[in-house]
Amino acid sequence: MRLVVHQLGAEQRMFWRSREAAIFIFIFPLLLYSLLSSVYSQDITVNGAKVASADFLLAGLFGYGAANTAFAGLAIILVGRRETGTLKRLRATPLPPATYIVAVILSTLVVFAIQAVALLVLGSALFGASMPANVLGFAGAIVLGVVCFAGMGIGAAALIRSADGASAVVNVVLLPMAFLSGSFGPRTDLPRFLKAVADVLPLTYFLDIVNGVYLHGESLFSDLRAVAIVAAWGVAGVVVALRRFSWMPNE
Amino acid sequence: MAQPAIAVQDLRKSYDGNTALGGISFEVAEGEVFGLLGPNGAGKTTTVEILEGYRTRDAGDVTVLGFDPGEAPRAFRERIGVVLQQSELVSNLTVRELLRIFAGYYSQRRDVDEVLDLVGLADKKNARIKTLSGGQRRRVDLAVALVGDPDLVFLDEPTTGFDPAARRTAWDMIRSLRSLGKTILLTTHYLDEAQQLADRVAVIRSGAIVRLGTPEELIGAGGPVEIRFRRNGEPIVIETEEPTRALHELTSQALADGRELEQLEVRRPTLEDVYLELVQEEEGEG
Ligand SMILES: Nc1ncnc2c1ncn2[C@@H]1O[C@H](COP(=O)(O)OP(=O)(O)O)[C@@H](O)[C@H]1O
Ligand SMILES: [Mg+2]
Repeated sequence: MRLVVHQLGAEQRMFWRSREAAIFIFIFPLLLYSLLSSVYSQDITVNGAKVASADFLLAGLFGYGAANTAFAGLAIILVGRRETGTLKRLRATPLPPATYIVAVILSTLVVFAIQAVALLVLGSALFGASMPANVLGFAGAIVLGVVCFAGMGIGAAALIRSADGASAVVNVVLLPMAFLSGSFGPRTDLPRFLKAVADVLPLTYFLDIVNGVYLHGESLFSDLRAVAIVAAWGVAGVVVALRRFSWMPNE
Repeated sequence: MAQPAIAVQDLRKSYDGNTALGGISFEVAEGEVFGLLGPNGAGKTTTVEILEGYRTRDAGDVTVLGFDPGEAPRAFRERIGVVLQQSELVSNLTVRELLRIFAGYYSQRRDVDEVLDLVGLADKKNARIKTLSGGQRRRVDLAVALVGDPDLVFLDEPTTGFDPAARRTAWDMIRSLRSLGKTILLTTHYLDEAQQLADRVAVIRSGAIVRLGTPEELIGAGGPVEIRFRRNGEPIVIETEEPTRALHELTSQALADGRELEQLEVRRPTLEDVYLELVQEEEGEG
């Protein structure tokens, strides 16, 4: 426990000290939200119901932010640390690997929680976005999103061979996923084939959950099928990681 | 005698059918500086990383500080310090911040500022690591290995790529580690480094230990003494097991003839001669 706190402190220090991480992981989703909210000012129709675009985009960018922070960000950080030999070095210290992973995920959670609050503040101050209808459910969505996408991020890190390509690879996955899942606009007019792809993506279901707690005041677990699908993706990532993750650099 | 810090018996390892270690054995006593000396590809890193717990072995008995490094339990990791052959500590953190983070992993640790003094980085403690030179980063590496106050320190080619001045500084650091009573396993392909630092040296080549002993013993086992001089400009080399007698005969003859033995030189083989001979044997076989 002491070690988890110690490592969490270390992770936070490293994250905020690194300008690239702070900009691409923390600032970028906020920037994208501001940009999109300035462009779309009309209401958006989702399943026949009208939703203020600032609200719709807030939920969308919340989902994108979770995937960006916990999936893309974590994968890039872990691959970088593996390839520079940092993980290898850690492996020779008494720090237990599980403690390390838990601290890294907690640190991601802290970053994303701050980002989510910043989204709300920014949205309500500048674009008149609503506050969450179910605050507890919204907080729960932060945890659910970070844990599941972190599972996928660690799985992705296990599959990516080199640090150079890591950022390209994860963004090639992340950006289309965010588009298809409806982070940046409604997914109603997708062609059938893309719709089929969207229907298996974790972000699609995560956004459903976020919309439920944020706009409709539903409980986090009101759509158990969606929660199960998001969790299944997280578990799949962990399974890949358990089988393939290496602490040693690829020589 | 106390239990050795490291005991290796018939250690074997191959990669995809290629033998990297063909059954090596050695022991390292507590407080000893032991050098593994050999050319690139000899199997030094393979050996060290098996002892550190990074790589698995195919066969053989290995005990490090009483533990099987294959299991590398936490109590084992509390007591070793590791400097890898390759590692790039690139970080936005300062030297001191990084050391404090690593220090936090150990239940028994050394004072961070004391360690920084020891590796000569006291004046760089608030510098960001990414702004340091390669040699300074290597010292950060060493500092990280020492901050947990290890009993046993592994140094895999600690001075490769250093300029001569930096190498001497590093040697002084390693000597001061020794005087702290640490056991040190050091690999190198620089013979003078092994000669300067190690109490005992194992010369390793193609996964086999071909000589093992103190630097003096290795030289002692190195064959005849050479007597060199020139006669009418022509170099003459005499190899002899009895240098006193040979010299006496040569000099009496020269005095009787009224000649000078030009550029007279008596040379014991250095460790370098022994080493080169060993490495050349390898090339001859290959
Ligand atoms: N991870 C590995 N996979 C395959 N072959 C390896 C690996 N590591 C080392 N080898 C081979 O094993 C031999 C010994 O290598 P190594 O232990 O690195 O030697 P040294 O450290 O003395 O230079 C070399 O022939 C090398 O190519
Ligand atoms: Mg090596």
